[in-house]
This record gives sequence, C-alpha cells and structure tokens, in this order.
Amino acid sequence: MPYLPQPTLSHYLVLGAILFAISVIGIFLNRRNVLIMLMAIELMLLAVNLNFIAFSRFLGDTSGQIFVFFILTVAAAESAIGLAILVLLFRNMGSIDVEKFGRLKG
Amino acid sequence: MTFETLVFYAFATVLVVAAALVVTTRNPVHAALWLVLSFFSAAGLWLLLRAEFLALALVLVYVGAVMVLFLFVVMMLDVNFDKLRERFRSYIPVAATVGVLVLVEMALVLLGGYFGEGAPPPAPAGAGYSNTKVLGAQIYTDYAYPFEIAAMVLLVAIIAAIALTHRHRRATKYQNPAEQVRVRRSDRLRILDIPVEKRDGS
Repeated sequence: MPYLPQPTLSHYLVLGAILFAISVIGIFLNRRNVLIMLMAIELMLLAVNLNFIAFSRFLGDTSGQIFVFFILTVAAAESAIGLAILVLLFRNMGSIDVEKFGRLKG
Repeated sequence: MTFETLVFYAFATVLVVAAALVVTTRNPVHAALWLVLSFFSAAGLWLLLRAEFLALALVLVYVGAVMVLFLFVVMMLDVNFDKLRERFRSYIPVAATVGVLVLVEMALVLLGGYFGEGAPPPAPAGAGYSNTKVLGAQIYTDYAYPFEIAAMVLLVAIIAAIALTHRHRRATKYQNPAEQVRVRRSDRLRILDIPVEKRDGS
C-alpha cells in the first residue's frame, strides 16, 4: 500500500480547488441545460463551504462554520427560486435551452 | 498512516468522481443522484473536520430537501435532454481551457504557502466539547442580526417561489370578499313596476 500523507489544510484546499474547477467546466459543458447549470452552481458552493470549514478547523475559529451556515441558507433559497423560474420558463417556452432565452432581451 | 487519513482519501476520491459525473452524465436524473453522492461524501469530510452540526445539516437539508426538489423538477419537465446535448462536444475545448486556468490560478495561490498549510491539525477538543452548542451560542449572540436576515431571505424565497409558480385557474369558483362588501342594492335587486292585470272570467 502506498504511503499517504496525513491530510493537512493544503489537502482540503486542493480538493476544494479541484471541485470548483470541475463545476466551472460543468457550467461550460452544459451551456444549454439550465438544470445541470444549477447543479454545477450547487457544487461550486460546496467547494467554497469545504474551504470555509477546513480553515475553521485548522485555524481553530468557529466563525467559518457560522458563515457556512448562512451560505447553506442562501443557497437553499437560491435553488428554490432558480427552480421556480425554470419551471416558469419551461411552461412559457416549452424548453429549458439557454440559447432560446435570447428573446428575453428587451 | 491512520484510519482518518485513509477515510479522507476515500471520501475525496468519491467526491471528485461523483462531481465529474454530475457535469458529464447524459441523464439529468442520474446527475441529481450523483450530486446526492457528492453531498454525502462532502458531509463525511466535514465530519473529519469536526464540523458535526453542519455535516448533518448538509445531509438533512441538501440531500433531504433541495435534491428532492431537483428530482421533482427533473421528472416534472418533459424535456428532450438529448437535444440539449447536441453540441456538448464543441464546448469541451473552452471548458477545458477555463477549468485548467482556474486550477492553475488556485495552485499558484495555494502552493505559495501563505496560509501555513503544512501545519498539522490542532488537537481535537475534549469529550465535553459540543460543536452544536458552540455554533448555537455564537449564532444567537454575535450573529443574531445575520441570523434574522437569513430567516427573512428564506421567507422571501418561499413567497417568491409560490408567487412565481402559482397558476391561476379560470375554472375554479372562488369568492371575492371585497366585491361582496362593496355591493349595492342596485347591483342585485331590480324592482319592476308591473301593472296588475284583471283575471279573465271572474
């Protein structure tokens, strides 16, 4: 079995960075599907929260966890409203293709 | 190498693989389920970081509520998802460029050693320590106003989501109290002046 170093702050930060990069890639890959875009945004927030909690643990300060608490609240509200808008768009346009939303331009 | 180290690498691997599958899988229902798996692994990592309350909140709130909402919407929308993926491959170059750029930029910051990242974690607190108690004490003292604002944000989200998706049905019969109160006698009652007619044969 290979030797695995004990996880330090840097391990968690790198994991968060990889997760964030994956979700950025996901937003570009699913340029037309709003649903997967919303899921990629959730992943991004997860990466940010992971960083907050890792810093909170390694710096011994619980304020980071409080901040994650508020981020979770706002993210839940955001996804609820986002999905409501998505349902409304689908009802009015019959599609969730982002490129068809160009006609929303004023 | 301790058990904790092993758990970290296992959960991190599952998290990264699940996240990659969320953004690449063909079927959105599968994407939502992979997202559930990544939230679970993240909750495991948060437990390793001694954030017990948030780990459980993540499972309860995200896996239990938000992801179910996502699944509801995915199954409710009758979308041809294959059509949305037609030009999936053409986006790969730009996605890879941006993703690698983000990763390199973060690596430049993280590898600089500005945060003392190499230090071992501080010793875990004693048996009497309660993460939930500490968080609660902080939220209700130092962060009381942000907490109330968060409650307002949730209220606004509830009202907005209902107001956006509520459909007014024409066929439903309903009362309008304002109209009922405003009504005048002349709106409802019409007095006709009909002359009395004599009955024949009397």
